[in-house]
Amino acid sequence: MKYVVLIVLFSVLSCKNEQKVPLVADAELKSPKLTELEIFDYAGLEPLLNKKDKKIHVINFWATWCAPCVKELPFFEKLNKTYADRDVEVLLVSLDFPKQYDSKLKPFIEDKKLKSKVVALNDTDANYWIPKISEDWTGAIPATLIYNKDKRQFYEQPFNYEELETQIKQFLK
Amino acid sequence: MIMQTLKTLFAFVAILSLSSFSTIKEGNGYQIGDIATDFKLPNVDGKMISLADYKDAKGFIVIFTCNTCPYAKAYEDRIIELDKKYAAKHYPVIAIMPNNPKVKPGDNMEAMKARAKQKAFPFPYLMDDGQKIYPQYGATKTPHVYVLQKTKNGNEVKYIGAIDDNHQDAKAVKTKYVEDAVDALLAGKEIKVTQTKALGCSIKA
Repeated sequence: MKYVVLIVLFSVLSCKNEQKVPLVADAELKSPKLTELEIFDYAGLEPLLNKKDKKIHVINFWATWCAPCVKELPFFEKLNKTYADRDVEVLLVSLDFPKQYDSKLKPFIEDKKLKSKVVALNDTDANYWIPKISEDWTGAIPATLIYNKDKRQFYEQPFNYEELETQIKQFLK
Repeated sequence: MIMQTLKTLFAFVAILSLSSFSTIKEGNGYQIGDIATDFKLPNVDGKMISLADYKDAKGFIVIFTCNTCPYAKAYEDRIIELDKKYAAKHYPVIAIMPNNPKVKPGDNMEAMKARAKQKAFPFPYLMDDGQKIYPQYGATKTPHVYVLQKTKNGNEVKYIGAIDDNHQDAKAVKTKYVEDAVDALLAGKEIKVTQTKALGCSIKA
């Protein structure tokens, strides 16, 4: 009986979580031009940082106003394309301020024709979630997390393509 | 011969491991309880400023900040309020701009002067000329705060981290980390939260 209650509770909770995610397919039907953006708080983002599948996940924290972030974006795009058939998946987590989602972030995603998945993290209690992503993260961006089901590496630094590829190759071994 | 080669190799490995540590860990900077270095840095008013100039100070709120970073901009008014509240209590704000102005022209001395005038900064706004000071403190981003308390041994680091817990909205702040820390020092009490993390723009070297 206890378990049933737990399961019911769990499914109610997970339904709640899902409500935060906009129905992308539905929105695309209505307005195909508008860039849809999934917006998460840390609790919503956390599952994406802890997937137990066979993929190598590359999570890049960036913002449109962060010059070194914008400079390295093409390298993440190239990585996503080049290594797609080797189960490497890039996720670009934008830390743009919410008031600039429509004015800056969405137009940027469209202009640059970003192919990697972009989500926005809107959670002001950074002192809570920064150490959860990595104890080594002081909070500066750009920052990148690379993980698979066996290991995790965190980098508080900008990348060029060669450096990024070197790190990925360590996960592909 | 072999011994010498080994020695060279060992030294090389030692240097290599040291340097890789310094890029990954923040461990190079100050920890709570360390004595912070003083400096002599150019202010927006043309004068040179040192912590030692502040004879009456009981301590300092040293903030690495800049003109261009959106997080720093979001905190500008709150930094002004901090100085208005605590300079009179002998904990003045000392703002230091750590970026290389060649990389970030929007943070050069002219731009700093313009911003200080526009916002009527009540505190000194110093250029980390030559970028020698921020690495000693271990600052990695703007804004990055160090609360120092003047002691017999020097200016002791008492708090490192964020100003408060909401960069987006000053009205939605729940915990004012820096104010809590300075209030505790003024009351002779222990600081409850001595280190916090916040988002910021990486310092441009």
